[in-house]
Amino acid sequence: MATNVFEKIDKEQCKNPVVDFQVGDTVRVHTRVIEGDKERIQVFSGIVIARKGKGINENFTVRRISYEEGVERVFPLHSPRIAKIEVEKRGDVRRAKLFYLRKRTGKAAMNVKEKTR
Amino acid sequence: MSLPTLSIGLLGKKLGMTRIYDEKGRVIPVTVIEAAGNRILQIKTPATDGYWAAQVGFDSQKPSRTSKPLLGHFKKSNSEPKRFIREFRLTENEAKNLQLGDLPLATFSVGQFVDVIGTSKGKGFAGVMKKHGFAGQPASHGHMMHRRTGAIGNRSTPGRVWKNQGMPGHLGCDRVTVQNLRILQIREEDGAIVVSGAVPGSKGSYVIIRPAKKKPLPAKS
Repeated sequence: MATNVFEKIDKEQCKNPVVDFQVGDTVRVHTRVIEGDKERIQVFSGIVIARKGKGINENFTVRRISYEEGVERVFPLHSPRIAKIEVEKRGDVRRAKLFYLRKRTGKAAMNVKEKTR
Repeated sequence: MSLPTLSIGLLGKKLGMTRIYDEKGRVIPVTVIEAAGNRILQIKTPATDGYWAAQVGFDSQKPSRTSKPLLGHFKKSNSEPKRFIREFRLTENEAKNLQLGDLPLATFSVGQFVDVIGTSKGKGFAGVMKKHGFAGQPASHGHMMHRRTGAIGNRSTPGRVWKNQGMPGHLGCDRVTVQNLRILQIREEDGAIVVSGAVPGSKGSYVIIRPAKKKPLPAKS
């Protein structure tokens, strides 16, 4: 019975349906930012370099190069503060975690092979 | 602000923790407590017991695991044998409104603040760093004191160790009360209550849930 309750809570809390994206994809994450009593949308775009956790605990890391500085942001996948996730490009990668991108500089840093379908 | 008078609560079993998003999108860590099947076993009155109280039982068990005197006691309230029995002290008015029988989850309401009492996880014989948060000594560079206590007092003034000096010893397995946890969900179909924050004890341990002593009770409708 115990696990049952947690599965139910998980299901209620998870967003449906979840946008289908994978590690290596280039995405635009639209986040709701609340300033005072105003709400606006802020976009963070970059490469998904990791997805971890499952159920309500799942989150993903997006990496981008901003003014020649690498920036990573971790988003909870099911957060209501994420308004929308757009997939710009599908990446073709052979790792589950793209941490090797962190060591790269210049053009190579954002260079992930595109999936050809 | 008038603080609540004595009031009845529920008994429960800690099922574990998870997380929930609130309406603002913030993550709240929550504890799920199973609390279905509470029964009032006895109402104590000044005439017979010297004070007003309600005795509540939780978690049914086999009659064969119960002693005969207790079975008789359960029979009086027409209840199955219960494993966990506790009392809630009540005011006279409160006690007179209660009847023997089921005590529903709806005793509490969503948004209400509660105190949760449980037995914390036992840590065994713990050192002074874990037990009292002492800083310890350097780990390397020739030091050999590591996690030891250090000095516990001065010399001939005062010539003794002060009271409450932290020393190693048994830690955990104590009765712990966590105050002012908010009820976020009452899951009637699962027989569970979802409470914000952490609750003492391991999964499966019994807890007492009572209306918060330091927050006003919600208005009764």
